[in-house]
Amino acid sequence: MRALLFRDLRLAMRAGGGFGLALAFFLILVVMVPFSVGPDPVLLSRIAPGVLWLGALLACLLSLDRLFALDHEDGSLDLLATAPLPLEAVTAVKALAHWLTTALPLIVAAPVLGVLLSLPAAGYGWLVLSLLAGTPALSAIGTFGAALTVGLKRGGLLLSLLVLPLYVPTLIFGAEVARRGAEGLPIGPTLALLAGVTLATLALLPFASAAVLRINLR
Amino acid sequence: MPEIGVRHETMSIWEYANPRKFTATATRLLPWVAWAAAILTIGGLIWGFAFTPNADRFESTVKIIYVHVPSALMAINAWLMMLAGSLIWLVRRHHVSALAARAAAPVGMVMTLIALWTGAVWGQPMWGTWWAWDPRLTSFLILFLFYLGYMALWAAIEDPDTAADLTSVLCLVGSVFALLSRYAVNFWNQGLHQGTSVPVATGGRSVADVYFLPLVACMVGFGLLFVALVLARTVTLIRTRRLAVIEMKAVRA
Repeated sequence: MRALLFRDLRLAMRAGGGFGLALAFFLILVVMVPFSVGPDPVLLSRIAPGVLWLGALLACLLSLDRLFALDHEDGSLDLLATAPLPLEAVTAVKALAHWLTTALPLIVAAPVLGVLLSLPAAGYGWLVLSLLAGTPALSAIGTFGAALTVGLKRGGLLLSLLVLPLYVPTLIFGAEVARRGAEGLPIGPTLALLAGVTLATLALLPFASAAVLRINLR
Repeated sequence: MPEIGVRHETMSIWEYANPRKFTATATRLLPWVAWAAAILTIGGLIWGFAFTPNADRFESTVKIIYVHVPSALMAINAWLMMLAGSLIWLVRRHHVSALAARAAAPVGMVMTLIALWTGAVWGQPMWGTWWAWDPRLTSFLILFLFYLGYMALWAAIEDPDTAADLTSVLCLVGSVFALLSRYAVNFWNQGLHQGTSVPVATGGRSVADVYFLPLVACMVGFGLLFVALVLARTVTLIRTRRLAVIEMKAVRA
């Protein structure tokens, strides 16, 4: 398992692995927001938590179609499927690698981008915490979507169509935690719901991902 | 005491898993269901539109309820039917079941659209807006997105069995997330939409008898319409697949 994780991390870091691409996308998206809604700091600070959450979510979506596609093309996915490691663990490790290479940099960058959107000072900690609690679910759901579309030649757009509706609960709770944090409102129940969704997703979705991967490798 | 080794000829629902038997029965039933649906829906609509008084505060806009409530009901039931069909396919591998789930999706999607559209038409004069981010409206929009994704996945995969498997798993996972979204959305915003008019679970109702009877006619009519459309579409899908097999044989010969 560890070997697989390190292999995926190395592949992502190498040139052409797309590491940092999601980060650049996140940056550009956030920079474009004031251009579209105007530079008014009051408006920006009000929409900042939601924009940052949406940006992180879309950036997570970017690298999903590479999750299994390359392994599928060169046949290493078939090797993984026949390896002693259960496929459920493979999908879980893949989700973890995706989270480490895509979501974690976004979380680190989010406070910096928060400055650009004049996020209120109280909001930074909660923004990071909400992203930490929510993005693992995004990676796990995305892994499911990637496993679902791995056999398709042009799965990219379809992947977004399938995955985005599944992101709705996480987005609602995550952005709500960030917003309440920024406005100084109580957080507890919302954060608990967000973490609950994430934990349930992490516990159950690897099985669904492995099931659809088996169907696709048949 | 029953004799051992003799199969008793009891009718079982699983006999309709045989596509031939299903097609035969469905084609025999179809005219009856279709006519019953047409009579009930058209009758209920005429009854509702022309022969019920206008409600005090709502005036004539209340009459959209005869389309709105039945279509909303079928929008959800269609998804439940797809869920049942997907489960049966995953557990028992009956092709008819997977095809019936596939057949129900566009019907359910259109029902969702009708519910959203009639709701907007009613909301404009009553709430003063075509659209509000009300929990019920929002969750219907999300349901619509789920229908889109499900149908797109069916359309994208060539191998029919793989497509059936993958869409079935998507339907299961999607159901959980659709339900989750329903409650998340509830939490997220308080709504304008009133409570259900016909709470089946409690047996009570908030609609007066004059409106209730034509509404029931329309609801049953829409239900039968859904059944008729799904039967017709399932039979078409079975025949399309059979045709593909025949063509394949002809090409190879």
